[in-house]
Amino acid sequence: MTLRPTLLALAALPLTALSTPALAERGGGGDLRVLYWQAPTVLNPYLSTGAKDVDPASMVIEPLALVAPDGSLMPVLAAQIPSIENGGIAADFTSVTWRLKPGLLWSDGSPVTAADVQFTAQYCMDPAFGCAVLQEFEGITSAEVVDDLTLRLNFDAPRFAPLQAFVGGRTPILQKAQFAACKGAAGVSCTAQNFGPLGTGPYRVTDFRPGDVAQFEINPNYRAADKPAFDRVIVKGGGDAMAAARAVLESAEYDFAWNLQLPPEAVAAMEAEGKGRVVASFGSMVERIDLNQTDPSPQWPEGARSTVAHPHPFLTDPAVRKALSMAIDRQIIAELAYGPAGRATCTILPLPESYAPETQDCLTQDLEGARTLLDQAGWLPGADGIREKDGVRLSMLFQTTVNPVRQDEQALVKQWWSDIGIETELKAVDGASFFGSDPGNPDTQTKFYADAEMYTDAYYLPDPASFLTKFICARIPTPETQWQGNNTPRHCDAAYDESLQKLHQSSSPAIRQGLARELDQQLTAGGNYTLPLIHRGMVSAHVNTLAGVTPNGWEGQLWNVADWSRTE
Amino acid sequence: MLTFALRRILLAIPTLLFISLVIFLLLEASPGDPLGDVPLTVPPEVKERMREALGLGQAWYIRYVLWLKQFFWVEPLYWCDQIFGTEFSAGMQRIISFQSRSPVFDVIAERLPQTLTVVGMSYLLGVLIAIPIGIISAYRQYSWFDQIGTFVSMVGFSLPTFFTGVVFIIIFGIKLQWFPSIYDTTLRVTDWNSFLMQVRQMAMPVTVLALYNAAQISRFMRASMLDNLRQDYVRTARAKGLSERTVVLKHVLRNSLIPVVTVIALGLPVVFGGALITEQVFKVNGIGQLLILAIHASDIPMVMTLTFIFAILIVSFTLIADLLYGVLDPRIRYD
Repeated sequence: MTLRPTLLALAALPLTALSTPALAERGGGGDLRVLYWQAPTVLNPYLSTGAKDVDPASMVIEPLALVAPDGSLMPVLAAQIPSIENGGIAADFTSVTWRLKPGLLWSDGSPVTAADVQFTAQYCMDPAFGCAVLQEFEGITSAEVVDDLTLRLNFDAPRFAPLQAFVGGRTPILQKAQFAACKGAAGVSCTAQNFGPLGTGPYRVTDFRPGDVAQFEINPNYRAADKPAFDRVIVKGGGDAMAAARAVLESAEYDFAWNLQLPPEAVAAMEAEGKGRVVASFGSMVERIDLNQTDPSPQWPEGARSTVAHPHPFLTDPAVRKALSMAIDRQIIAELAYGPAGRATCTILPLPESYAPETQDCLTQDLEGARTLLDQAGWLPGADGIREKDGVRLSMLFQTTVNPVRQDEQALVKQWWSDIGIETELKAVDGASFFGSDPGNPDTQTKFYADAEMYTDAYYLPDPASFLTKFICARIPTPETQWQGNNTPRHCDAAYDESLQKLHQSSSPAIRQGLARELDQQLTAGGNYTLPLIHRGMVSAHVNTLAGVTPNGWEGQLWNVADWSRTE
Repeated sequence: MLTFALRRILLAIPTLLFISLVIFLLLEASPGDPLGDVPLTVPPEVKERMREALGLGQAWYIRYVLWLKQFFWVEPLYWCDQIFGTEFSAGMQRIISFQSRSPVFDVIAERLPQTLTVVGMSYLLGVLIAIPIGIISAYRQYSWFDQIGTFVSMVGFSLPTFFTGVVFIIIFGIKLQWFPSIYDTTLRVTDWNSFLMQVRQMAMPVTVLALYNAAQISRFMRASMLDNLRQDYVRTARAKGLSERTVVLKHVLRNSLIPVVTVIALGLPVVFGGALITEQVFKVNGIGQLLILAIHASDIPMVMTLTFIFAILIVSFTLIADLLYGVLDPRIRYD
């Protein structure tokens, strides 16, 4: 008899929480329940750059500036974004001066100073530490404290995209007093610090269990007096994307779920229940197929396979590469395999728009054109329908990672390629193995013992110069470098290297944008060394009563959690 | 008996060392990479530094010996320090997880209670259901009860828990909304209400696992009872005029329990090992889920330590089962 009223009372609890109106004041919003099916394991982005770790940490520790949804920079702890005009960027591009907002406090009440920023730079750049975001600090020779609120980063040479370190959630400011004992090799044993960093963000950590759950409460010293609205945030991990989508869209047990790459029809059916909705945030993620310019054939000995010593027998022919691209219907892939999570694209630089080329030519499939092109190039169908020329058959091995969406894509592509007389054998490798860097592993993405491979690549700051650098001749993976280097298509072109050099040496945004477009063209629509397929978004779901969720493809999904609130 | 036990324990030491070497080499040979999750934009030099910071720069045999030292020397010293307040382990490096950069044993200690409550409870429940079902099924062989029992155990046995678990979640968690589909590990049982919450969230995972365990054990129980019911001593007992109740519950049951107890004891390491799939399905933060996470992330120290602990448990429970056999059945002697 007593059981029933208790159950009813329990059932009523979430209802009362739901009916609290949205208020523009700190606290009073109850609990925000967030589901990250890949659970956070550490709250220090300098140790792990996975979104599952960086996103929850971004509620606690903050950088100097963030990238806004449109690709512009917005100040967070900095008073303003340094520029040539305000003197923040030196006229010769050899230093950047950041000024902190005055009066900032850490969650323990102590003031935030330039010494904290300086310490964070030294912490990451310590050679014994193994910092996960070291490349953001590339070229910095010293971090100099000018006064309590001013810090200067000095570069070894002029850097024309100087706003890199401390921009974005992956390079937040740590408190010097807390992490002082964690420099260098000692960084590994700093469990308490890595699990509960002190920060300046809207929340502070109350409980962290790696791989399971993280709990946060309002930071009493947060700089905006009327934020955040939720009293506590619980980030729960575990399970899979499908279960996470169900817990938000069907049973509404959770308010927000992250990274739901699911079959579009499954998501649509859940969304139709009317309890929540799906949002996608588009950043720089592009799913693409790299075409190997070197011969991966097993007839070559180990150490000579997939190296520039043996050019690819048919993928070095521009006509074949173009035909492969023309045969793919990118819009069908987007519709069938991605739904809200992706749209067809012809570029590897989809954002920001100022850098993105406007080509849309590849979006229309042209099987007839592809056949004609191959005919003209002398690749004629053999007895079994597979095209050949001088004894070389157009037969390819196409690999990617194990993932239902990717296997669907593979099957579609295989069909189209066979329609134009190209034979394709499919292969799927476990992700951890594919993206691993064990030089003894034949299946890695960099070793590329296949003719074509498909994966997603991305960059984190709106300026794509360092991303485009990966396609220069010097970055081709070779056995001598333990197959390290990220020019996986093995694209090598002196003209490309030269234009890229120009890009690194020009400061004018217009010239940079023009060059970036030109370089992208050379790799994609022009040369077809890599075939962009889908501009991918990060899909998340939230219940209808959660307001303030703003997609931002550049930052973590919780980037503006301070603005989230509960509505009717 | 004592010499037997001693001999077995001594023999267990090289066995365990060999097992640890095999696990280490298997993990070494597996193609996974702890840095596989690192974005493609990270330059190789940076990756190399991160790799060295994880201690992966050294040769495998050095890392193996180091792990042995940490497992058998540093960790026990650390526990000793914790208990007696001594400082033997000061400055020594404990086994550190690649994923969270925290001591592996701290994470295990944090998760063991959940596994013990959920999986332990389901095992207990499974045994409590299985034994009466086994007894009645055997005593009334081919009756409707036996037929239904056989059917249910076949279903429990052949339906994998990842299937029953999801079916339960969809029916009871999402459609009926009786139970939460996600285990709340932050819940503290402080009063009647929170206790009820705990019962509600344990209900589905425990049922799924109990069904599976009960199916197995009840089959063993039934088979063992059937063997014994046909023995001469049962006929003798009946001829003596003992009541059916005494014959079945005192004579037959006790004799039939001997093999079943061994099966139950051998299954106990699983309770500590957690239920890999079920914990993942219901998001219980137990040892099984920890192992899956660690395998996905190629967190070698964590996988190594967990699998080795399982090995220790299996070896010791096998030993316990052998010894129990001798205790339960006086005819069995090891001398």
